[in-house]
Amino acid sequence: MDIHFTADEPSVEEKAAVDQELGSPETPWDGGQRDVNSDGRVSFGGNYAGIHRHKLLPTLHAVQARIGWISPGAINYVSLRLGLPPAEVYGVASFYHLFSLTQRPPVVAHVCEDIACMTRGSEEICGKLESKLGPAGKPCMSGKATWLRSPCLGLCERAPAAMASASGKSPRERVLAPATADGVEKLLRDGVDGTLPAEADELNVKASVPQAGSANLVLLRRVGKASGTSLDEYRKADGYEALRKAVEIGPEAVVREVIDSKLLGRGGAAFPTGKKWEALLNQRKQGRPHYVICNADESEPGTFKDRVVMEGDPFAVIEGMTIAAVATGAQKGYIYLRGEYPFAAERLTHAIQEARKTGLLGENILGRGLKFDIELRRGAGAYICGEETALFNSIEGYRGEPRNKPPFPTVAGLFRQPTSVNNVETLVNVPEIIRMGGAAYAKIGTGNSVGYRLWCVCGHVTRPGVYETPFGGTLRELIQMAGGVAGNGRLQAVLLGGAAGAFVAPKELDVPLTFEGTRAIGATLGSGVVMLFDDSVDLRRILLRIAEFFRDETCGQCVPCRVGVVRQQETLERLIARKPLGTAETEVRMLREMGQAMRDASICGLGQTASSALESALNRWSLFS
Amino acid sequence: MSDLAPKALIPVPRGPVPEAPPPRKRAMVELKIDGKTVSVPEGSTILDAARKLGIDTPTLCFLDTLTPVNVCRVCVVELEGSRTLVPACSRKAEPGMSIKTDSERVRLSRRLVLEFLASSVDVSTAPQFPGYSERYGADPERFGAKAETVKQPVKIDNDLYVRDYSKCILCYKCVEACGVDAQNTFAIAVAGRGFDAHISTEFDTPLTNSACVYCGNCIGVCPTGALMFKSEYEMRQAGTWNESRQTQTDTICPYCGVGCDLTVHEQEGKIVKITSPLDHSVTHGNLCIKGRFGYRFVEVNSKPKK
Repeated sequence: MDIHFTADEPSVEEKAAVDQELGSPETPWDGGQRDVNSDGRVSFGGNYAGIHRHKLLPTLHAVQARIGWISPGAINYVSLRLGLPPAEVYGVASFYHLFSLTQRPPVVAHVCEDIACMTRGSEEICGKLESKLGPAGKPCMSGKATWLRSPCLGLCERAPAAMASASGKSPRERVLAPATADGVEKLLRDGVDGTLPAEADELNVKASVPQAGSANLVLLRRVGKASGTSLDEYRKADGYEALRKAVEIGPEAVVREVIDSKLLGRGGAAFPTGKKWEALLNQRKQGRPHYVICNADESEPGTFKDRVVMEGDPFAVIEGMTIAAVATGAQKGYIYLRGEYPFAAERLTHAIQEARKTGLLGENILGRGLKFDIELRRGAGAYICGEETALFNSIEGYRGEPRNKPPFPTVAGLFRQPTSVNNVETLVNVPEIIRMGGAAYAKIGTGNSVGYRLWCVCGHVTRPGVYETPFGGTLRELIQMAGGVAGNGRLQAVLLGGAAGAFVAPKELDVPLTFEGTRAIGATLGSGVVMLFDDSVDLRRILLRIAEFFRDETCGQCVPCRVGVVRQQETLERLIARKPLGTAETEVRMLREMGQAMRDASICGLGQTASSALESALNRWSLFS
Repeated sequence: MSDLAPKALIPVPRGPVPEAPPPRKRAMVELKIDGKTVSVPEGSTILDAARKLGIDTPTLCFLDTLTPVNVCRVCVVELEGSRTLVPACSRKAEPGMSIKTDSERVRLSRRLVLEFLASSVDVSTAPQFPGYSERYGADPERFGAKAETVKQPVKIDNDLYVRDYSKCILCYKCVEACGVDAQNTFAIAVAGRGFDAHISTEFDTPLTNSACVYCGNCIGVCPTGALMFKSEYEMRQAGTWNESRQTQTDTICPYCGVGCDLTVHEQEGKIVKITSPLDHSVTHGNLCIKGRFGYRFVEVNSKPKK
């Protein structure tokens, strides 16, 4: 294949950004100087040409961070360096909403307009910004800055939230929560003046983990106590004890402990972690490389637990992954972190470096000949990349479109090799399981819901934040733990599990927060979101925002989801405007039909759950009659 | 003299030519579709099995010559024990599967898929649509006149074919044909996301600036007429396109030694387009620019001028 380029040339800056990421080009085939004597007849085409494809996303990040947008010339140069067709590179770049393919001011503020922030005044902030700086997306401050509306930034406990990025030679990112219109304006001004601080943020332990310091905590016990930057402090607080034990007892025993623990994945799908690992372990003799991936693409609206864990206790994530590597025989791991978490990225990068320095990652872990290393990958603004097979495609340098299953990731995952994908919270449970033993862990909680769980309590609640409890409590107890209903104090509804979850009514507060308990009332725990709405909130507006969220975040691959989410939003808009086609009843019936088709025929979980919150609300309230 | 004779670069094998090994016998998989038992070779899809039973399964993004992408979801069937419906075109048949192809759930999903497509895309030149819509009772009008569509201006940037993405159902077939499934040119890819996802060259640059080699294999696989020969497009615009007055003649491409099959479509003594049968064992319906578009010489009066 000859790659064909358009006439657009990259600028010196663009070339520098790409070369800084990829190193200097070595051969004329990837943009280097041609030396007729040495490489006149040597070709690097075919399979060789595409083997760098997995570097595509980091390279696009590099261009976006340095230049502020990705130009046709830059696409050409990236394509040349990686041996990829420009049409495909463009297709990938245009998939992510943090990348801009049109010229854009270097300083950008992303202002969250999602449901948790809606309960805390994000609409007012956007309104004020509109009147002060002009509509979203329009350049302001002499064309040097702009602001955009953004889906959930994962800062719901400190809502309303905003994030600013300033591109340039030393790009800066900073989050602001709680945000005000003036605060966002100052953030932009600082970006334009070049005075945004180099450090991304600080974890506000008091605001994010109200229980911090309590003696009952297990998963969160180090958050706020150990600094999160010091490996020594982590070790003093039982850190790396579990890894030492895991290496001693060997892979089979580790897998056995995790199976005995009955640990279910905490990302939303609740798949038994031990089964995943066992599947990989059983394939070890085939000689194929195995991968473990930490899914840190936490983008479900209302979810922020993984962020808090990664910011507050990053070594625990690294240790959990390393134990996964011991169990599965993987030698390479990836953390796929959502692009909107600059501080977590900083903390994890630091933790990985520290672990490498002390022989806890690398060629000879703990001096026992164990080989494992972790690469941090940052997403670029795509909720769908949290779906495990979309995540593989994203890492591999393809569009983040989910794959059809089967084959399942444990058979053909990343690079079509056996892969285990685990959520951050799942992985930080693992060291505890190894330390206390699987059987002991399985005794905590009730029925099939065992162990500890993190809850993202947000919305109209007195003390929002991440809460940890053993399984078994009720929704009412959790709300009491968080200080009760805030806002006007009169609870209207609770959203469990995020945008892909379900609403429950105040009369259902005694539901046990377990997998079985929520299933029994037609709800789900999902990613642990518990979002409260007082009765001043127009639930129909919340439903519309959820519909808009799915419309913005569907990958567009399969028809039921691509068109279904649009029709769902249109129907809701008509119902809210009291202009139904036919009657409200026929419209509601149509919503349910669309919901069923999306649930039945979509490729992945996004389409399959895009109507679930809406339908749960229709089941509980007559909102449109 | 003999040492001057050229030596064969590749030694010529002596003796009888070895016979090709017999084709490996594939194990058979037995499954149940709509209550009937069928057995198909291992590796077959549910669609293959349904076809063997004579069950007509609707497909839009599926083509025998391309890797199934299973994105249109019109072929979904109900698999016992599965939480969701499964795509017949790509799901491999497994022993003991029990499948329903015409249950209420299946019919609802298929109908909604057809309604979603017909309400957002111009399907007026998609030959399969009327039949499918009737079969499943699809009523795309019910989403109202204001339902969002992908309507956009036709792209005419070259003399050989037009791209009318108002008619595109995003089946990925053209991308596959342009890429690894046939042409390996990679001029087009899917760009954007969600409802805005679309087929595009880099930055939507005109085809004449892109990697396109005008093989026209993307037109050959397009199920909706979004990609169309310019000759056909112009006749349709002028109202002179009339398939009932066309003949189709199979012949061999006159250009090179590959010998691709051509199907010449003729109307009123003029060639209006050239296609190639999908079941050709060498080319699988693919042609190059010469075979696909290089027919105008036929129409030149070859008598030398006096």
